[in-house]
Amino acid sequence: MNAVLVACLGVLGVAALLLVVRISLGPTMLDRVVALDVLVAVVICGLAIEAAVHRHTTTLPVLVVLSLLGFAGAVSVARFSPGSDDVEEDES
Amino acid sequence: MNPVLAADIAGVTCLVAGALLTLVAAIGILRFPDVLTRMHSAAKPQVLGLLLVLAGLGLRLRDPAAIGLLLLVALFQLTTTPVASHMVGRASFRSGQVRHDLLVLDELSDVLAGRGQPPDGSSGRPSG
Repeated sequence: MNAVLVACLGVLGVAALLLVVRISLGPTMLDRVVALDVLVAVVICGLAIEAAVHRHTTTLPVLVVLSLLGFAGAVSVARFSPGSDDVEEDES
Repeated sequence: MNPVLAADIAGVTCLVAGALLTLVAAIGILRFPDVLTRMHSAAKPQVLGLLLVLAGLGLRLRDPAAIGLLLLVALFQLTTTPVASHMVGRASFRSGQVRHDLLVLDELSDVLAGRGQPPDGSSGRPSG
């Protein structure tokens, strides 16, 4: 059963590699933000599967922190990307 | 069947399903043509894939304190993902990074155009 879980970690590694390719290709900043958000979800899944392999609960607080960290990054980049703020467009 | 073994098998099945869903979404993010379609693909591992993995981990650990923390992770993810997706989609549409030839129905462009060029010369929102 542990071999199946280690294979899952390999699948997640391939997914992370594809996401890194998308982050490097772009073409816009928002594409990179979407891919980075999914990369955070992949890291959460990887830590959870590692915890399931070894049956320990050490990394569970890290999962809580990561689930909030991806949100903060995506919202701040989307907020400060050009064209996102209609109030400033009205005033200019 | 031994209930402990059954919980383990169900947990591993959930973990495998979550990992495969994440791989499918990563392929979609790499191959889809613009931001909105990539967001469609990105929502799958962020909600369903993560919930499957957390359910699998909970079935594997079978510890009430750990399950509480996993529920907290699921709650945070379910509340924050729609907000982040809304912000990204709004920013991408307003900055013109959406391929309009791929849209089936586009009602927002008319609204934005009408607000930018009001017919009577006044601004779209009450000034004050």
